[in-house]
Amino acid sequence: MSAGAVDVTYRGVFQKNLAGVITKELVKAARREDKFGGTVARYGDSPERNGIPAKQFAVIASDMASLQVEMTKYEPDNVVVVAVMDDTLAKGIESWAWYGVRPINLNLAPGGTLLVISRQDPAALLKWIPRRPQPWTLAILPGEPSFGGLWVYNDDGTDYRTMGAIARVTDGLVSLESLIAQAAGTRDGGKREQQLREGYEAVQLHQVAAGEGAEDTYVPVQMPDWTQMREGLVVPAVEVGRTNELFMKYTTRTARPLIKFDACVKCQICYTVCPDECFIPTPEGHYDVNYDHCCGCGICAQSCPVSGCIEMVNEAVFDGNEPLHGVYERDPAAYEELRAEKLAKAGGPVPHYGIY
Amino acid sequence: MTTMETRAAGTAAAAAGSEEIITGCDAVAQALRLADVDVLAGYPIRPYDSVMTAVSKMIANGQMDAEFIVAESEHSQFEIGKHASLVGARAFIGSSGVGWMYGMEALVVTSSLRLPVIALVGNRALDDPGAFGVEHNDALMVRDTGWLLYWVESAQEALDTTLLAYRVAEDKRVMLPCALSMDGAFLTHSQHIVQVPGPAPVAEFLPPYDLGDRRFHPDNPVSIAPQFNEDWVMEARRQADAAMRRARGVIAEATADFRRVFGRGPDDPFVDTYRMEDAEYALIGMGTVGLVGKVAVDRMRAAGRRVGFVRVKWFRPFPRPELRALLRGVKGVGIVDRDYSFGSNAHGGVLYTEVAAALYPEPTRPVIVPFIAGLGGREVSVENIEEMTDITEELTARGELDASCQWIGVRGPASDPRYDVERGAR
Ligand code: SF4
Ligand code: SF4
Repeated sequence: MSAGAVDVTYRGVFQKNLAGVITKELVKAARREDKFGGTVARYGDSPERNGIPAKQFAVIASDMASLQVEMTKYEPDNVVVVAVMDDTLAKGIESWAWYGVRPINLNLAPGGTLLVISRQDPAALLKWIPRRPQPWTLAILPGEPSFGGLWVYNDDGTDYRTMGAIARVTDGLVSLESLIAQAAGTRDGGKREQQLREGYEAVQLHQVAAGEGAEDTYVPVQMPDWTQMREGLVVPAVEVGRTNELFMKYTTRTARPLIKFDACVKCQICYTVCPDECFIPTPEGHYDVNYDHCCGCGICAQSCPVSGCIEMVNEAVFDGNEPLHGVYERDPAAYEELRAEKLAKAGGPVPHYGIY
Repeated sequence: MTTMETRAAGTAAAAAGSEEIITGCDAVAQALRLADVDVLAGYPIRPYDSVMTAVSKMIANGQMDAEFIVAESEHSQFEIGKHASLVGARAFIGSSGVGWMYGMEALVVTSSLRLPVIALVGNRALDDPGAFGVEHNDALMVRDTGWLLYWVESAQEALDTTLLAYRVAEDKRVMLPCALSMDGAFLTHSQHIVQVPGPAPVAEFLPPYDLGDRRFHPDNPVSIAPQFNEDWVMEARRQADAAMRRARGVIAEATADFRRVFGRGPDDPFVDTYRMEDAEYALIGMGTVGLVGKVAVDRMRAAGRRVGFVRVKWFRPFPRPELRALLRGVKGVGIVDRDYSFGSNAHGGVLYTEVAAALYPEPTRPVIVPFIAGLGGREVSVENIEEMTDITEELTARGELDASCQWIGVRGPASDPRYDVERGAR
């Protein structure tokens, strides 16, 4: 009498189908082992806007009663694998407002596996992922974040490779053989089998000791009780010039705007158009970026009239969210060096980024 | 066996069907395809709108042949469904939360014109605050207006009941619209194991839609929806009342026929009862709370407690005869309302008021305890069900026939004299 869950954390809306295929096929394969299963979607406000983190769970149970209980929870318990479809999500996720930014491994069961699709090495990922009181496994499946278009299924094999990796890292939740048997019945069954085996072989496992990893700064959000909440759904505003610490938006971001202050003509357009009011005027008329609240939408980069002044750069090459104008103030040349270094590391700016 | 298990197991034979892992919304979409629905009107709102996605995909893939009209609001959407039904098309509409409310005028004229449109309500808390989670108040808002209302518990039941709903609603003895309610997120967006039948049994079970001589068509010149003023209104209401009364018999007949054709389906058309034989205490609820309710009952039975669960499926017509028979001999009843009805009897929910009224004619009545739980998508856990059973047993032992409503799973004290009595808005 037990149930285990696989949490697929993905970026909506581009990876929605990816998460859907993985969770559904895991359940179908488990059915071949006479297990029961279902999937649970977790979403918040506009979860499937560009880049917003979301989750879909596959629950696999030995009996129907265990499954029924898990199917009526926001998020199932006993998550044995968290599969992360984009390694920048390892910085934390805030997929539903009011919970704050949560560590990517927060809901991992003791001894569970965090499976990340990434080209980075474990040490680089562990700079972002907080420590846990128990040992856990960091599994890396070498690869890039898979993006289809809006709702479109991107058939690049990421789904089946991930499933193969999941079969490897879970002890008997669902077997590689069942996944292969299940894939045999689908279109391109042969190709799928190969991808399953590839994922199974290619995944690299690293044991993470208790206490190893980034500092855990997560503080669960304290929610008021019914006698403490203000009536009429009134929520205090933040003072002008300050920002709401409960509404960090940076986890939705796959790229961030990087500004060439030397090229800025101080036209104020970025300041006006940013939907999240991220731009902070500096005394000399530049606009610094508050990255804590930047969701990476790219509107500023598209709106800036100076070519090459605001560029969207892959989030994976940055640590932390500190505004960068301070570096520029101290030494414009050093800032330019930093910008060049980040752009080089990212392989240049992200082209055609954003809403168009 | 639990409900989901019975449904998942016994159906393999439903004529060339297949087992799928699909959401509640997908299951309804499959039923719409099988029922060969002619006109679907939609206007997006979470969480009901994944049925729109599923249907448009099937139409694009050539698996379904239907007019799919996306309106500019719920009000227009429901009007489109109503008019389609009026010209003889099998029609489908749907919404959630305040979207359902926005189209309220169109909803009440659909039932008063006696048009058998089927709606999906992906139950969602009414704004404000903005939230996606389940509350049953949206669908309940039409409870007095001649809509048949049903609450499903699983994706399988969603598929089956969509077919059943068309059969019942379009029956000449009924001709009323039917809204199928599905708990938002917990069922609209969760995938269950579902047996999808092939076309043959569906064709046998569901005759084509035939509006007869009410069909609005040049070959059949009629005028509908006139201004009656005070002269004819009451008679029209009495007709709808007669139709709702007749619906009980039609539902029973259609459910029995569903079992004959598909080889599965419930014994009792109106309520889903779980371990009620020899039960001393019963909990009653609607929707997915049944899934945890039944597991909780198993646990409490294992500990030697004589507890059962009753899930109300058809809310309109209300299963008064079934509840009276079932609860005869039960000492204490807890009603789990996933809705509210501020200022009503005992400040309880809608289901409480209905059950309590249904039991009034009984010579000996159980203690009935109103509970409010799971609002706005708050989880109702096995432990919550056990807590409600404990409270029901305790109040029954004290013979508390005038129990006041208890909120389960709300943050904060059960009651706060300063707040309940003195303190106002700050
Ligand atoms: S990408 Fe630019 S416009 Fe979008 S939130 Fe960030 S700073 Fe604002
Ligand atoms: S839009 Fe570009 S040029 Fe204008 S102020 Fe912003 S960064 Fe400078």
